[in-house]
Amino acid sequence: MSRELIETLMAAPYVARFGVRLDQRGNELTGVLPFADHLVGNPLIPALHGGAVGAFLEIVASASLLASQPLDRLPKPIDVAIDYLRPARAQDVYARAILARSGRRVANVRVEAWQNRIDAPVATLHGHFLITPARSETTDAPA
Amino acid sequence: MTDDIQSRLDSIAPLIVTGSPHAVALGLSLVSLTPGEAVMQARYDDSLVGDPDAGTLHGGVITALLDHACGMAAFAGFGARDTPATLDLRIDYLRPAKPGLDVTAQARSLKSHGLVAFVRATAHDGDPDDPVAIAQAAFMITKASKAAQERARRAYTEGRMS
Repeated sequence: MSRELIETLMAAPYVARFGVRLDQRGNELTGVLPFADHLVGNPLIPALHGGAVGAFLEIVASASLLASQPLDRLPKPIDVAIDYLRPARAQDVYARAILARSGRRVANVRVEAWQNRIDAPVATLHGHFLITPARSETTDAPA
Repeated sequence: MTDDIQSRLDSIAPLIVTGSPHAVALGLSLVSLTPGEAVMQARYDDSLVGDPDAGTLHGGVITALLDHACGMAAFAGFGARDTPATLDLRIDYLRPAKPGLDVTAQARSLKSHGLVAFVRATAHDGDPDDPVAIAQAAFMITKASKAAQERARRAYTEGRMS
């Protein structure tokens, strides 16, 4: 858990403006993106902007990495692949991450976002992030 | 034929940027749009910073910029008729964009045939040969996007977006 860095992440101008919230129950973290007009990409459908959904998934991936272990720095995205499964409607979006592997330098993360039903995801993200585990956690790990 | 598409692009394209609340909120602007290529820009702004210590733009800004630019290139590739929906978007973040610099995305539609368009894009902060990110995306024409395009056309002829 890197509580201070989670606060840094959530207080970053872009993230704060975006309006993302984190709902943490024990070791389970859910990201919440409350609907706002400025998230709409195409007002004629209307659907949320693909970039807004992608950015939200990236933020939840970073927050989940920070919640899972002490890190010295904010995770940096190396690459992400986002699949858009359904149009994201003008409603709140939720997302949860699975840390497929969290190593000494790189983490492999999958995130799924949904709106009405958790079994009807609107988008998924699969990405690699550069991480810096806090030193005390890694001193007895093999080099 | 090409001129025909170009004139349609010139008239409709700006609306797909200024008519998109999220693109407006991020300050994205359209630089140019031709049948093969879309160029868009995100202006550096303190409110878009993702790492306050480094002063770098949040990856999400680059994501939205690339998604929008790729969508515009797909739209142009489809002949400027139907607004496409993103199927997938893959981004490699080669390096952080330098603080204070605007980021430009150049997206090229490699193939648009039937319902699907394949687009490749790069984002750079001044030197196109030293990109900050590269992206590959696929777009699809959906029923929703056809209906939306029809509403856009009507709104455009009536001189309003709602």
